[in-house]
Amino acid sequence: MKLTLKYFASLREALGAGGALEWTPADEPTAAALRAWLRAQSPAHALALAPGRAVRVAVDQALVDESTPLREGAEVAFFPPVTGG
Amino acid sequence: MPRVRIQEGDFDVGAELAALQGGRTDVGAVASFVGCVRGHAPADDIRALTLEHYPGMTERAVEAMIVEAESRFGLQGALVIHRVGRLLPGERIVLVAVAAPHRRAAFQGCEFLMDYLKTHAPFWKKEATPQGERWVDARVADDQALQRWGLASTNAAPGGAADG
Repeated sequence: MKLTLKYFASLREALGAGGALEWTPADEPTAAALRAWLRAQSPAHALALAPGRAVRVAVDQALVDESTPLREGAEVAFFPPVTGG
Repeated sequence: MPRVRIQEGDFDVGAELAALQGGRTDVGAVASFVGCVRGHAPADDIRALTLEHYPGMTERAVEAMIVEAESRFGLQGALVIHRVGRLLPGERIVLVAVAAPHRRAAFQGCEFLMDYLKTHAPFWKKEATPQGERWVDARVADDQALQRWGLASTNAAPGGAADG
């Protein structure tokens, strides 16, 4: 499936800003499954997206739980806990 | 002017509050909060703060917060201006302002919006100190502040998923 991937803050520094992604999910295409697949892409990905590390996910610009299913064409963003204000 | 503005430049608090009231005679209270860059963290001096955000999502998220605040507190208007980019100690970062018929709704609406923004709007702060740069950690106390309003918040949780 085609997705647009985005990283912000410390994840952007570690992995780049993201971009267009062609992903063939082995199983149910959830945000958690995508995160697990991304971890296998490089040692930097494995570290930045490690399980237990505080990573938030937004799908189509809304904060979601990682169990959220992804649809074709979705914009998926991974970032650390927010610190605005 | 849009009521959610993300910008690099400063803002004029007096002019913004006057515009929010807008000459209306049914507004009884305007409450505002201005956040500024502190020059001192617990451990180090802060030389500058760099703010990053998620363009598009930021505006949508803050707009949704305003809609929620309006319905909870019966607000007559609201404004959020948040600066991004590099800011120096003493500079303004954020303005949250609300208009309501009475003070209680205005105070509460303003505080609610600020608590919501701290834990759910996609902004990230990086501090420059004499020892180098570092990303600011999210605070559990900010989640607890939002929970007082009856909303779940797990932004600062170690591995926990964010919820809406």
